[in-house]
Amino acid sequence: MTTPELALAPIGEEHSPVATLPHDARGGISNPVLGMLLFIVSEIMFFSGLFAAYFNVRALAIEWPPADIEGFGINPIIVVATGCLVTSSFFAQTAVRAIRRGDRTTFLRAISITLGLGISFLALEFTDWTILYSEGITMGSGVFGTTYFTMTGFHFAHVVGGVVMLSVVLYRGMLGQFSASHHDMVEATDLYWHFVDIVWVVLVITLYLLPGR
Amino acid sequence: MATTTLHPPIAQPYRRSALYEWITTTDHKKIGILYFINSFVFFFIGGLLALGVRAELAQPGLQFVNEDLYNQFFTIHASAMLFLFIIPIGAAFGNYVVPLMVGAPDMAFPRINALSFWMLPAAGILMMGGFLAVGGAAAEGWTSYPPLAGPAYSGTGTDLWLMAVTLIGTSSILTAINFLVTIFKMRAPGLTLFRLPIMVWTQIVTSVLTLLATPVLASALIMQFIDRNYGGNYFDPGNGGSVVLWQNVFWFYSHPAVYIMILPFMGIISEVLPVFSRKPLFGYRAFVFATVAIGALGFSVWAHHMFTTGQVFLPFFALFTFLIAVPTGVKMFNWIATLWRGQLVLKTPLLFAIGFLTMFLIGGLNGAFAAAVPVDFAIHDTYYVVAHLHYVLFGGSVFGVMAGIYYWFPKMTGRMLDETVGKIHWLLMFIGFNLAFFPQHQLGLVGMPRRIADYAADAGWGDLNLVSTVGAFLIAASTLPFLWNIFASLRAGEVAGDDPWEGNTLEWATSSPPPPYNFDHLPEIHSTRPVFDLRHGADAGSTH
Repeated sequence: MTTPELALAPIGEEHSPVATLPHDARGGISNPVLGMLLFIVSEIMFFSGLFAAYFNVRALAIEWPPADIEGFGINPIIVVATGCLVTSSFFAQTAVRAIRRGDRTTFLRAISITLGLGISFLALEFTDWTILYSEGITMGSGVFGTTYFTMTGFHFAHVVGGVVMLSVVLYRGMLGQFSASHHDMVEATDLYWHFVDIVWVVLVITLYLLPGR
Repeated sequence: MATTTLHPPIAQPYRRSALYEWITTTDHKKIGILYFINSFVFFFIGGLLALGVRAELAQPGLQFVNEDLYNQFFTIHASAMLFLFIIPIGAAFGNYVVPLMVGAPDMAFPRINALSFWMLPAAGILMMGGFLAVGGAAAEGWTSYPPLAGPAYSGTGTDLWLMAVTLIGTSSILTAINFLVTIFKMRAPGLTLFRLPIMVWTQIVTSVLTLLATPVLASALIMQFIDRNYGGNYFDPGNGGSVVLWQNVFWFYSHPAVYIMILPFMGIISEVLPVFSRKPLFGYRAFVFATVAIGALGFSVWAHHMFTTGQVFLPFFALFTFLIAVPTGVKMFNWIATLWRGQLVLKTPLLFAIGFLTMFLIGGLNGAFAAAVPVDFAIHDTYYVVAHLHYVLFGGSVFGVMAGIYYWFPKMTGRMLDETVGKIHWLLMFIGFNLAFFPQHQLGLVGMPRRIADYAADAGWGDLNLVSTVGAFLIAASTLPFLWNIFASLRAGEVAGDDPWEGNTLEWATSSPPPPYNFDHLPEIHSTRPVFDLRHGADAGSTH
């Protein structure tokens, strides 16, 4: 049957069919930022799986950290690395606030500092692993080593991902591709970076600050 | 307004091969069709493996394969059917239909959509590649329990299996994000949440389940991969690990996953039944809330797969498992009430939908028995469970898949499928399915365990196993008229027109197949049935 021609409303005034793809036609949060938020939800569940496994084996253990693990504890490297990451979140937020105002200079400076702090974190974390390895704490050191290196390792991988995203933001920013009205990628990267930062804080509390048993 | 006469540049079509066009496409409709093709390829591979399993079990003794190959067959049969057929084909329907139903030109992230799809054939090749690996494919069952799946007892095939399922999980997560953003941000004007077709609602809940559950599976798979390849100890009790830990993280995903595997097909049924009953869906809002309730309760029942471990709190998980029957029952009554006193048009989609209702009802009822802890202790890991899961996953999901194919094929291709051949397909599949799986209830109750290649000749299981095998081959035969139907229709099928079924939802307001970007104009939307309103005038009945 044919569709009657009544009650038809045009959906867009522009000529290109792609022009009717709504950017944020319904107002509010933009599509890429909502996509990133949902992605972060899935990432939270991923880390929840790792944390659940950690607390499960920890609860089953007679002693935690196990007796054969020596020389493990909070150290200056971890403190400085944590400082780097937490500070970098403030700079990331500064960058977003700047680009919302259209202040590209402050934006680029803040993003560069965020990126530098992120890379410093990676270097410090890697150093800490090397030291642990030299002390004989490895992936195979019972379930303690396995959980420790899996959790910090996956966090490390996520920071690497964040550093790549920040680099792209910096590169595109230097090309002048972001403005007060067009910077979804900056907002999305910023959210992701905060997420990575919060995971680290929870990791430090869980792995280093929770009293042993 | 400014009166500049600058015309926007007009895109010139340029020639490129059809193959290039399909490989690089970001059009949700083409990606949807690619999903369908890929899913059916693995449906047939999984089906052949099932025939291998059933052929071996037809009679006592080892006739066709040895135990080792048998284990690979049932493992990859289940993995292919779940991860490469049922879950992706739910996304196939979603990809093709959801943007049309919400009146959007495409998905929110078309290129990520293409990425999601192309991970699947890659994952399929990885998983099937196990058959070529040293030691063969994964052989510890799709549940991959350690220590059987640990480094001591399984080979490269298991590593490939872990990689494949991780890849499929990543694909599902990206698709879920895509669906949610599309549905929440790109609905047509007037299409409020409570005017969305039920199909779209089931995709919302499925996507939320995917978003929350699948990453946990990814973490579990990665833990197992670490144990196998990097000397980890997660599931090694000798070094402080725990084998039950795997079961917990695995089922935390895999129970919500059964709703990921059924909800999209409940959505299809909820589109087909009103159209072919010539009535609106009974109890729209109750249906939406029941769907959401199933999704929410789905996270509180995972340990009913682990009753016999002795390490879970039995009353809690049994109670919540029974509770799930409540929203499911609401849906059942909604469907029946939709059919009730309707002017039934007994075309093939409706037949498959009725097949879904009846078979899924049996699958629901025998599942409720298994939720009772004492009964479960008796039937755990027997063929009763195999019967149950096939009644929901085949009798439910696959009948839903077929209903959806017969319903939307005219929209996708512009051509009708043949009714007579379709009815033969339905009849063969319905009879074959019941022959194959109904006897398995009895086999389970008399104690036949699942995942065995052979059984004693004097166990008394031979006759029922033979019936079951005949049924399996009948199901296989039923795919022949199906394939012929598609082939004949594509070649010289009756032209469908825009709206052959007198449908309710927006996809019937555009041409068949729809043009790129779907709509030139959208009808005004005042109810859940905009195309019905358009056909009969705005005052013809629908009120919300």
